[in-house]
Amino acid sequence: MARLHVTTPITDEQVRQIRAGDEVLITGYIYTARDAAHKRMLEDLAVGRPLPFDPRGAVIYYVGPTPPKPGQVIGSAGPTTSYRMDKYTPDLLQQGVKLVIGKGYRSDPVKRALVEYGAAYLVSTGGAGALLARTVEESEVIAYEDLGTEAIRRLKVKDFPTICINDAFGGDQYFAGQSQWVKPDAMVKPKPPIASE
Amino acid sequence: MRELHVDQVADAVARLVQEANFDLSDDVKRALANAQSLEEAPVGQTVLLQIVENYTIAETERVPMCQDTGVALVFLEVGQDLHLVGGDLKEAVNRGVAKGYSEGFLRMSMLNDPIERVNTRNNTPAMIYIDIVPGDRLKITVDAKGGGSENMSQLRMLPPSAGWEGAKQFIVETVAAAGPNACPPLIVGVGIGGNFDKCALLAKKALLREVGAPNPNPVWAARERELLEEINKLGVGPMGLGGTVTALAVHVEVMGCHITALPVAVNIECHSHRHKEVIL
Repeated sequence: MARLHVTTPITDEQVRQIRAGDEVLITGYIYTARDAAHKRMLEDLAVGRPLPFDPRGAVIYYVGPTPPKPGQVIGSAGPTTSYRMDKYTPDLLQQGVKLVIGKGYRSDPVKRALVEYGAAYLVSTGGAGALLARTVEESEVIAYEDLGTEAIRRLKVKDFPTICINDAFGGDQYFAGQSQWVKPDAMVKPKPPIASE
Repeated sequence: MRELHVDQVADAVARLVQEANFDLSDDVKRALANAQSLEEAPVGQTVLLQIVENYTIAETERVPMCQDTGVALVFLEVGQDLHLVGGDLKEAVNRGVAKGYSEGFLRMSMLNDPIERVNTRNNTPAMIYIDIVPGDRLKITVDAKGGGSENMSQLRMLPPSAGWEGAKQFIVETVAAAGPNACPPLIVGVGIGGNFDKCALLAKKALLREVGAPNPNPVWAARERELLEEINKLGVGPMGLGGTVTALAVHVEVMGCHITALPVAVNIECHSHRHKEVIL
């Protein structure tokens, strides 16, 4: 498992280097969006309006930060659970989004879309919002301000720490990692990678 | 009769919601330290180290340890000889929540309506639970409950024939399905018995117990150990990346139930288990 540094915007070549289990440190601009912002972005796409940011090579981070205290760039900013974005993710990958960051399992359609469009799903440590905020150098609301914490922010990050769970080749690190540690007599076995059709 | 002004309740709640989000309680810190000594996976160790580093930053800088500063659960144990004066108790609790979340720069995560979904911008409504108990004191327990773990919780009305084995299967399956989504290592609150709603409440109240403290009934304490062992066989590990510590503790609360019923509820809590209490 490698330790990779990537800089935004993300190229197809960069995505191809990332494998499930790799540590990926991101530097550059990333965009925050969670449930409500995703819903709106898809509504924008449906009526032919451009997205609030250029999706080509973009990185989306599923986060709703706390308000910054005076003197802070951003409040605590750890990942939220990703499956709630599953419904919207394939359409955004089709638009050229290359990396999405959250925590937790993804649906089979998302895993297939990652392979189809050449993108990767990364996670950062849930509940480590105060620690992760230290990698954020700038934060600016760029769209849907009325959504409060759910607005789209452009964050400038330096070495934002993630681990790749689902890569562009069907690799699944939750399955690989859990399979290594599950006991033979466990009552439930790890959730398999993409279920065969 | 002893009197207590509801403004004191509001002030206490405002303070507790902030303390809960900034200062991880000693019982959770001990449980995490124990997890560090037990975890065998290197990646699990890395995650645990990040969790410890994170709560240290939160405590030192007075910032929330997690951006999901939660729905405010406020448990009130009201002494039956206490007279609450100066206004509506529930209104005072909600006022305290609004004040605490605003003053503490906590995230406003509550909506007006589950379908309309407009943010109330003061993190109300709080979830308020009131019990009448002997005495003339008021005990306030606040739990800032994150949405990720709450979403992975389940309740099932099992047939009595399922027995302990059926209950155990359902509990372990629920934790396995939660996996990384609920931010393990988890604290698993289980309610068994009662009825549909009491069972869920038992599971929620099980989370309030000091982390790792056993059920006072030795039979149930043994079943808690059995559940913890089965859950930690799953291999889910810290943040689901694989490892030997999936749960820090399993707390089970039980109650008698109807001859037709075996209700089982599993309320899942993440590693950022934020709870504080005070007695007024």
